[in-house]
Parts: sequence; C-alpha cells; structure tokens
Amino acid sequence: MQVITHKKHAFNIGTAERVISAVGGGILAVTGIQRRSVGGVAMALIGGDLLRRAITGHSYAYEALGVRTASKGQGAETTSVPYELGVRVDQAITIARPRAEVYRYFRQFSNLANFMENVHSVRDLDGQRSHWVVAGPAGRTVEWDAVIHNEVENELIAWRTLPGADVDHAGSVLFKDAPGGRGTEVSVELQYNPPAGVAGAAFAALWGKEPTQQIHKDLHRLQHILEAGEALVTKGQPSGRTAKPSSSQEREEREVEHASRESFPASDAPAYNH
Amino acid sequence: MKAVCWYGARDVRVENVPEPKLLNRRDAIVRITLTAICGSDLHLYDGYIPTMQKGDILGHEFMGEVVEVGRDVQNLKKGDRVVVPFTICCGRCFYCQKQLWSLCDNSNPNITWCEQAYGFGGGGLFGYSHIYGGFAGGQAQYARVPFADVGPLKIPESLRDDQVLFLSDIFPTGYQAAEYCNIQPGDVIAVWGCGPVGQFAIRSAFLLGAERVIALDDEPKRLELARRGGAEALDFRDLDVVEKLKELTAGRGPDGCIDAVGMEAHGTAIDALYDRAKQAMRMETDRPHALRQAIQACRKGGTVSIPGVYGGLIDKFPIGSAFAKGLTLRMGQTHMKRYMKPLLDRIERGEIDPSFVITHRVRIDDAPRMYSTFQKHEDNCIKVVMRPN
Repeated sequence: MQVITHKKHAFNIGTAERVISAVGGGILAVTGIQRRSVGGVAMALIGGDLLRRAITGHSYAYEALGVRTASKGQGAETTSVPYELGVRVDQAITIARPRAEVYRYFRQFSNLANFMENVHSVRDLDGQRSHWVVAGPAGRTVEWDAVIHNEVENELIAWRTLPGADVDHAGSVLFKDAPGGRGTEVSVELQYNPPAGVAGAAFAALWGKEPTQQIHKDLHRLQHILEAGEALVTKGQPSGRTAKPSSSQEREEREVEHASRESFPASDAPAYNH
Repeated sequence: MKAVCWYGARDVRVENVPEPKLLNRRDAIVRITLTAICGSDLHLYDGYIPTMQKGDILGHEFMGEVVEVGRDVQNLKKGDRVVVPFTICCGRCFYCQKQLWSLCDNSNPNITWCEQAYGFGGGGLFGYSHIYGGFAGGQAQYARVPFADVGPLKIPESLRDDQVLFLSDIFPTGYQAAEYCNIQPGDVIAVWGCGPVGQFAIRSAFLLGAERVIALDDEPKRLELARRGGAEALDFRDLDVVEKLKELTAGRGPDGCIDAVGMEAHGTAIDALYDRAKQAMRMETDRPHALRQAIQACRKGGTVSIPGVYGGLIDKFPIGSAFAKGLTLRMGQTHMKRYMKPLLDRIERGEIDPSFVITHRVRIDDAPRMYSTFQKHEDNCIKVVMRPN
C-alpha cells in the first residue's frame, strides 16, 4: 500500500475552512497577546499558525494525513480520486484457470460478493453502472455507484465511483495469461480517497479491514472458488466451545426457560439467544 | 458426540460436542472406527504450535465409514470404508496437479496467516491449529472431511482397521522420508528417533532397497522395535554419534540421514542443553539437536531428509557442513496421495503389517491419560489407537 500525498505548500484547505481559521486564529492571537502570560504566549502561537493556515491555504496535518478539503477543481466531474492524493493498493494472484473463464466470473458483478468478504452486494444497474453496498467501519455500511469507464474483453475492467460515493475510488483489474500454462494472472489496482485520509486506513487496519490485506484475502478466496469450485468454511464445525452441557446443567436450563415463559405475558415472548 | 479437545499446554479433555454437519458441497461425514494419537500431536500438547484455540478438536490420523456425502462428491457413497489423509487437498490447483499435495493452494481458509509466518501458506490439516485452517480433528466419533472426493482412500474388506489406519499419516510420512534419500544399492541409512515415524522410515528404507539401517534413540523399547524391523539400533546416550556412524560405515558416513525427531529433540550433548535453555527463554522456538547431528554425520553428497516437524526458528544451524559436503536437504509435510494407494497395495501383498507399532489400544475417554503417558514415554508407549464408537 502506498500513501500518495500532494505537493508541499499546495492548497489543501477549502475556502470555508480558511475563513474559520482566519477568524479563530485572529481571536486566539489577540487574546493571547493581551494575557501577557505563558498560556497567553501559547494561545498567540496557535492563533498565529491558524492565521498562516488561512493565508497559505495549506495544512501540514492534512498533508501528512492525505486529507484535502479544498475543492477538486478542474476535471472533478471525471475523476473520482483527485490528482496526487489518496491511498493506492496493488495486489495480484495467479489462478490456474483459463483467462476467459476468470474474466467472465469477475465481470458478472453479482459474483463479487461471493469472494469479497466486506461486500454485501453489487447490483448491476445498466451493464455499465453498478450499485455497491459494503461493510464500513464500526458496523456501518458504505454505498456507492460505480461506472465502468474502460473495458477490454478478457483483458481489462476499469471503474470509478460516481459523485456522491461514500468512499471515492477508482480501480482496475488486469487479466493476463500466466507463463507455461499456469493459468491467469489477475492484478488489481485500486486508488481511493479515505473518509478521513490516512487516519481512516490506520483505523481500518486496527479492525482488520486494512485494504491491502483485505484485497489479498479476497483474491485467495477468488482462487479457491475458481479452482476448487468452493471456498472451504469452518464456521459451523463442532468444538469444545460448542460443547453440550452435561445432563444436570441441561435440566437446570430447561427449568429456567419454563419459569421465564410463565412469567411473561403471552404477547411478549422472551428472547433467547442460543 | 465425544471428542478430544485441546484447552492449553498439557490440558486435553474429552467433551460432549455436537456432531459435525456438511458445510461445503465437496464434504463428507465419516463415522470414525479407529483413530490415533500422533507424535506431532505432542507438539500441540506441549504448547509449541501457535494459533490453537481452547476447545479445538484434535486428531489427524483416522479412518471410518462414510455416513453422508455432499452434493459434489461422486466417488464416495454411504457405507464406504475409508482412510482419511491428514492433509486436505483440492486436487485441482497448481500444486495438487504437480503431486505436491500437502502444498495445496485451496484447502486452507487461513492461508494468509500462514503467509505472514512462512512467506507462503500450505494446505489445511485436520486438528492442527488455525494457521493450518482450523479444521476440527478426528479424535472424535465423527468428522467432517472437506474435498472428500480427493483425499479419502477406500479400503477392501479383507484388511483390518489397525492394518490400514496408519496410511492416514505415519506410514506414508516414514516412507516419503526414506524415498527422499534416493536409496541406491549398498546404501546405509541412519534414522534419528525411533518413534512411530522413525519405525516406518526404517522399514520403508528396507522396502526401497537399503543395505543397512542404523537407528538412534534412548528408549530401550523403541530400540528393540527398531531391531525387530532389521535396524542396527544404538542408544545415543552412550556415544559420540558422528564418530560411531563413521566407524560403522568404514569411514564413509551414512548415505542418507533421516531426522524423525523434529522440533523437540532431547539430546545430552552441550548444544542440546544450549537449545533447551534458549527455547525456555523463548529465544529459539525449535530444538534442532538431531538435525545438527544428521548434517554433521551425513556422507559427502548425501541426503538429509526431515520428516520431523519444525515450526519456527533454529539456531547454530551447521550450514557450513551442509555446504562443504554438497548435501541435499529434503523436508516438508507428506504428499499423502502419492503414497497411500501404493502402500495399501504393499499391505495387501503382505509386505508389511503396520499394526506392529501399536502398543496401546484404549477407549476415547482415556485420551487425556494417554496423551500424558505418550508424552512422558511411560509404560513403553510408542503408539496409541482409540476406538471412539
């Protein structure tokens, strides 16, 4: 994964934020100077930096985080990820199946949820546009519409998100014959603008949703499905964690269940989580 | 059903758990008629294998009767009697196609964890930690077998369970270890460790035409069993092993050396004590004492074959000796499907009866006690089999 940050001293703060910085910075600086104390000096310094931020339109913190609140400017209608900004992920896998078969499976967008762990659904809208529902941080879902803007049969699928996406991104998948009859090389290239810059990716990493690892896992699952016909699951296996209680425990539980049923009115059944 | 579950180092319990269900289309459910405790289960028992979870069902050597098959399993039916290999393989990936069955790309759902530890991930194993897929094992009354159309081997009625059970792991594992030595007429093979895999390596070396086999251990009962298999068995405690092997081969050294010990070697030499101390301090994960000796003892241009399991890092590896002598090192989990059918044929022809290695036949409820007995080498324990049903 590569974090792409914009050039030094480029504008990365929007107009509204610059005005707020100017007003807030001014107040802090004036108040701080009037106080004539150590705290006052600190206030004045912070105020001064906010003023610098307002005047130059550049935030060092945003630069480090890959965040940009300035408008996308020219070309915003056809680019999903602004120039020189965002997070880029490159991952590839070799699948021992013919290229046309791998391409066909991938191009049927409803298949994507079969192997992409966080993708709830992909709905084909008109052959080119599709609607995605994906698991986001903290149990939320994020959604977007994407459009295929470049497609070469059995070779390439490239897409980008349309305005209004929860996560702006653009990506492509390349299909190439692997040497010596080893099947198909599938290369995914993804560039996205995280909701809160690099911090968003860092938070996601904590939750195991760091995009490089996630895409890597998803590609393995694609390989399992295309080569073996299925991705093996282990959820639902027995283990000591699902051990049946001994007969005395079982009796106790039944008694509790019986009592609680009687203690509730018929219209308000107790909820069991077994 | 009853199942042997792992709860921590030296803590296994027999629990009453739900019976397994079909989870994938290529699954089968097997009602287990005979199952065994493997020497490599002791690495789990001693807590040396990471990514175990409390409650995991142990066991990877089992056989039984097919009671249910998934929709995509065409070659098995209810009532078939099968031995199940301990490695799970899809039969269709690059590695399976090249007969490198244990390296299957598609049988380990946690393959990316394996990649973090080893660079690339191997196939799934029954009852052998989550880094190898987290599959429930076969020390139970029933087991779910994924890719059941590829792994299980059908067994003719004429053979007893205890004659064929070890086709599930230790016989092919010992055989592969001997085969890796590329045995030529006149070759002398030395085997470190006379546990079950060592015993099968000894007999396999003879099946493959070895002139002599020299076996090393420190348990009189194991040495005796090695002797019965035709080996010259030596107690390593009394010896300078490398010098003795040179002497016994008139200065040539063994042509092939087999390390059937693995990560928990217990020697008496200085380096063995050093390994024990470092492992205790968590500065070295594996104790490679036997492997160092095997490399040092092997003749020039010979082969060191490693069926013993290693899981992490070793220290003071004599790469200089291996390089100077141009050794070939061969290792890895067994490519089970290469060997199961040919070895079944050998058993049918009466060339070998693998039940010779069994010392204890018990009920599944005795498993916790038998793990302890096996681990401590008490009661002359070499191989434990259990009838769970």
